[in-house]
Amino acid sequence: MSKTRVVHYINQFFAGIGGEDQADVGPGVVEGPKGPGLVLQKVLEGAGEVVATIYCGDNYANEFEEKARDAFAEYLSRYQPDVVLAGPAFTSGRYGMACGLVCAVARELGIPAVSAMHPENPAVELYRSRIYIAPTAATTAEMLDSISRASTLALKLAGDQPIGSAAEEDYLPRGLRYSRVASDDVGVRTVEMLMKRLRGEAFDTEWPVPSYDRVPPAPPLEALGQSTLAIVTSGGVVPKGNRDGLQSARATRWYAYSIAGQASLSAEDWESIHGGFDTAHANRDPNRIVPLDVLREFEASGAFARLADTLYVTTGNQSGLENAIRFGEEIADELVKTGVEGVIFVAT
Amino acid sequence: MAKEIERRGIPVALISAIAPLPIAVGANRIIGGRAIPHPVGDPALPADEERAFRKMLVSRALDTLTAEVQDQLVLPLEGP
Repeated sequence: MSKTRVVHYINQFFAGIGGEDQADVGPGVVEGPKGPGLVLQKVLEGAGEVVATIYCGDNYANEFEEKARDAFAEYLSRYQPDVVLAGPAFTSGRYGMACGLVCAVARELGIPAVSAMHPENPAVELYRSRIYIAPTAATTAEMLDSISRASTLALKLAGDQPIGSAAEEDYLPRGLRYSRVASDDVGVRTVEMLMKRLRGEAFDTEWPVPSYDRVPPAPPLEALGQSTLAIVTSGGVVPKGNRDGLQSARATRWYAYSIAGQASLSAEDWESIHGGFDTAHANRDPNRIVPLDVLREFEASGAFARLADTLYVTTGNQSGLENAIRFGEEIADELVKTGVEGVIFVAT
Repeated sequence: MAKEIERRGIPVALISAIAPLPIAVGANRIIGGRAIPHPVGDPALPADEERAFRKMLVSRALDTLTAEVQDQLVLPLEGP
């Protein structure tokens, strides 16, 4: 069997060109291994050969991404590797981004690619769904270990061998799900997992839930009686007819609608287009989702000073976390701009 | 969404019929609502009672806006 042809990517520092003062150096390529590539060559033993080493200054790769991309594509076409290995970049953000870029270019050319980075390298978030990234320690002290992990993956990818789950194969989870036929049906697996849990044994969930960050609670309103409030809802309540075409599921947008001068949300003018529940009750009385009627009462009695004229609406149904975060940020911008001090948020 | 608004220093009273969800996601001020399709309504009640029920929920929500919150403030909806 012929040896696997590997092209290695490193930055200007590991290529021996220089440190931060040389970070603007443009892309280049040399034949054979260089710097950490010598370790890689050793790890590959008889199975593979580092045929060329691509390098680039960390600033250049990030500031002139298009030019770097073109150069990388040209080098890869020239050397026709079976696989590309980039890094390890450890915690270096710019180096990580460059590694991700090289690997992405390789993938576009149909060449498998793997990088190695610390899980908290900012490039991980951007590239992990597209490429395989082996985890590394935070510093170069574990160069050999990091390269070993990445090269094991690289050889597998080059050999067209099936790649198992992130946990089995030791790469950073890519956030992708694959279907497979399980040995037992879901009932059996559920009871087995439950029994393990009851017995205090280790078990692996089939559906890990994302972990969420925490936001420090906003300070309380000191004088509610002098505060302006606004209503935000994920209940898909829109002017009847849904003129903006707000999606009933997987919403990518939110809308602002005027409720100025309205004493309540009338069923003649408003409806919920939410696709995740039966909207019949809400459509007979939209105040069941947006409590405008009683908020007007509280406003009139002076419980708070004023209700903002704008109702902020999206549909919370199979929403992606990224979109939800964006909606929150964008609506928060509007609230701050218009002097809103507190929010009543109704989630369906 | 509620978290991103609170991040900007604006308190958010989140009324939800499935409190465990915002608790897990990390909302700070949570008020239990009646049901997913009508968090602040109850079609089983006569109109005047339903309105009183809604008023009670919104009143609790307003209370959370003036409450000093340390960890998470959760006001579950009691009774059927």
